[in-house]
This record gives sequence, C-alpha cells and structure tokens, in this order.
Amino acid sequence: MRQETTGEGEHAGRTTSFSPLLRALTPGLTIAVSLLVLYLSWSFAAAAWPSRAFPPPDRVWQTLLNEAASGELAYHLGATLARVAASFILAMAIGSAIGILLGTYRRADQFFNAWVILFLNIPALVIIVLAYIWFGLNEVAAIGAVAVNKIPNVIVTMREGARALDRRYGEMAFVYRFSRLDRFRHILLPQLQPYFAAASRSGIALIWKIVLVVELLGRSNGVGFQIYLYFQLFDVAAILAYTLAFVAIMLLIELLLVQPFERHATRWRGRPA
Amino acid sequence: MQPVGAAAPLRVDIAEKTFRSAEGIAVKALENLSFEVRQGEFACLLGPSGCGKTTTLRILLGLDQDFKGSFELPTSETGRIAAVFQEPTLLPWRTLEQNVRLGLPKARRNIDLDWLFKALGLVSVRSLFPAELSLGLARRAALARAFATEPAILLLDEPFVSLDEQTASRLRYLLLDIWSARPTTALMVTHNVREALMLSDRIIVLSARPAHVLGYFDVRLPRQSRNPQVMSDLARSFSQKFPDVM
Repeated sequence: MRQETTGEGEHAGRTTSFSPLLRALTPGLTIAVSLLVLYLSWSFAAAAWPSRAFPPPDRVWQTLLNEAASGELAYHLGATLARVAASFILAMAIGSAIGILLGTYRRADQFFNAWVILFLNIPALVIIVLAYIWFGLNEVAAIGAVAVNKIPNVIVTMREGARALDRRYGEMAFVYRFSRLDRFRHILLPQLQPYFAAASRSGIALIWKIVLVVELLGRSNGVGFQIYLYFQLFDVAAILAYTLAFVAIMLLIELLLVQPFERHATRWRGRPA
Repeated sequence: MQPVGAAAPLRVDIAEKTFRSAEGIAVKALENLSFEVRQGEFACLLGPSGCGKTTTLRILLGLDQDFKGSFELPTSETGRIAAVFQEPTLLPWRTLEQNVRLGLPKARRNIDLDWLFKALGLVSVRSLFPAELSLGLARRAALARAFATEPAILLLDEPFVSLDEQTASRLRYLLLDIWSARPTTALMVTHNVREALMLSDRIIVLSARPAHVLGYFDVRLPRQSRNPQVMSDLARSFSQKFPDVM
C-alpha cells in the first residue's frame, strides 16, 4: 500500500507516476550502459595500441556485415547451430534417461558409477579424435562425439534429481492409480524440471564450445571451420565477428526460448512480490 | 441410508508388522491387530502417538506390503480407495482443480465437480496453486480429491492435525456434511478423543506399540444431536471404559 500525506499531493503524484517507469527501465539501462562502457574501452584500447591482431570494434562490425552480405555468415552459423541442436537433444535425451535410471536403482548406480566418473574425465579432444578415427570424418561422428562429451554431465545432474524425488507424491499417485503417462507428466517431470534446466543451461554453453573444436578438426563448414580458416590468415577481426555473431544467437535463444519456457514451467512457485 | 455401492465390510487381520531400523534393531509395530469396519460406517482408529496407526493405514493403502497377515477391502463399482494423508500432498505444480481431477480415472476427469467445490468452499480458489493456499484450504482440497473419486473406502490419516482448533473444527463439520451427502465406509486415524467422538460411529481403541485392539466404543447417537452436553457425557463414558487412553 502506498501512503501519501495530504498537502504534498501534487508533488507525490508526479514522483509516483515517474519512478515506476524508471524502475522498470533500470535493468535494461544498466545492461546498455555496461555494454557501452565495454565498447568504449575496447575502442580506446584498440586506438592506443593499433595492430592487425587487435582490431577496433568498428572493423569487427564491418567484417560481420561483409560476411553477412555474402551469405557466408548465415551458412556457417546455420551449420554450427544445427550441430549444436542435434548434439544437445541427443545428450539431454540419453543423459536424462541414464541419469534417472541410476538415480532410481541403487544397484545399477553402484555398478555404473565408475563408468560415469571415467567418461566425465576423458578430455573432449580425445573423444573427438577417437570418434573421427573410428567412425570417419562425417557428421554422425561429429555430433556423436559432442553428445558423448556432454552425456556424463547430464547423467550426474539428473541422477541427483532422481535421488531427490519426493516419495510422498509417488505414494499419492499409487493410491489414486495414476497411469504411467500421468506419473511421468505430473509427478516425475515437474520434480526433475529444475535439474533438467540446470543441465540444459550448462549443457548448451559447453556443447557449442565443443562443436567448434569438432568443426575445426574434421568438418568443412561451421563457425569452427571458419575460425580455423581465419586463424591461418591471422584475421582477428573475422574471428571476433564469427564469435560475437554466435554469442548473440545464443543470447537470443536464452532470452526468447529458454527464459519464457522456464517462466511457464515455474509459474506455480508464485510470483515475487 | 444405503451407502453407494458398498457391499463388503473392511476386515483387517494383521498378525505382525516389524520395522528394521538402520542399525538392524527390529521394532515390532503391530501384533495381532484385527478389527472390522461395517459397510457405510465411519470408524476411527484411536491410539497413542507412535502406536502404529499410520502404519496400519499404509498397509491398507498398499504402500507397505512387508507384513504378516491379510486384509479385505470393501468393493464397489468404482473399486477405489481414497486417502487423505497427514499432509495435504497436493502437487505444487498443478492448480487445486487439476489436483482434484488428476485423482480421477481418465474417463471421469471432466465430470461436474461444482457441488463438491461448493460444499467445501473451494469455488473461488479452484484455479490457485497449492503454494497460494493456506493449510486449511489445502486440507480441504485433499478432502475434495478423496471424495471426488467416490471411493469404496476412504482412509484418513489425522487430516486435521496442526491446524488451529477453530479451523480444525470447521473442517470436521465440512467433512461430516460431505460424508453424509455421499456416505462411504471410512476409517480415520486420530489421537484426538474429542474428534473421534464427534465424527465416528465406532471408535477402535488401540494399545501402545506393538498395536493391538483394546476394545471398541460405539457411538450410536446421530451426529446432529452430539451437542457439547452430549459430547462431554460421551467423553465421560469413554474415559470410564478406557481409563488409560485419555
């Protein structure tokens, strides 16, 4: 409840009509100012130490526009994005299934725990190289290698989620004779949702970094391939252009897909006051 | 009144139920516990805290199958058991109404439940999530879920515990109203003698652990006439019959 003292009505009225708008804009403004400061310090640094290896932001932007105009950017971004999506779906599906099984059955967990730790600690590079050697320089090997890198992380997170399942809901579902599908939809999934969200968040960031390595080592398109190409040409502006373009896309996915979905999935927690 | 679909009584005959603690020590919870609840009757299982009342209910619900003995549940065309747990156990991620409807079989999910929500005073909150409900409202929702299934038997595990006395007694009247409208065999666990005297046709008095039946106390008065005067008379004759319980 807002309290107003009489006599200051006009003044109070003006501030209250102004400040909510300002408050609503503050987070956006903060980000804008912070990005502006980053841009200015980058420009300043590049101007102070002019070098081909450290281009100013304007040149990166120009390169980005050129690449976009030629269609190169969209093609390579698309290729990388498709690989990220495929490996992500594969890793989340397989990792969740195994994680839930291990979290539910203690015997299986005791047996396979060593495997999980083993795979968790194999360097990404080793898996990629082995995948290319065993399955050839093809798309299946590339996507599979990325997924295998991510699966152990998903297993560990989802296993924790399955261990934390509340027995009372399962018992309620038993008494009220929920069908298998209902149990999955209304009991299991909502309880695992936070773990799933955590696994996806950390997953998507890890996956796109590994996809670049996979592309660098054995593919002839994608952001990773382009970065390797421009590395040989020592074209830092292009390398940064591709990096920033992809980061921007990931940011858009986060803002337009992940966050609205999460808001929907957690609406029952009640809105903050 | 002829109870809906109830045909057989509830017969319980548990020879033994033993828990094993983490250190391997065996604790006998139930021993030679046998009783019967006639069809359409509201019975209370009354006993000291920790005597194995909840364990008995869990066995009847099929949640605990590690025991010696047998039991027989009443049947009806729905053939369902409904439970009201000690905690409301509503799914926090579903609205109150979804919670109630999820308890129903698929074919009956869309039946008209307005009478039930109206009777329990839940009409204005049916689209809220459990986190937005008070404990009293959540308990009412749990009752709604149980009654919506039109069960052959209703098992209640201290459904009014940890509410303030005023709310608890309002809920007891609500329970009576709705149970009288759709009577069904009911077994309620409680350690509150007054609650048992107010609600039940028959009180089954249990001993301390390992629980067995000490005796029955039948209340043959119609519930409408159980006013404060009558209640204190009932309480007096109850404490004469079971001096150690009160």
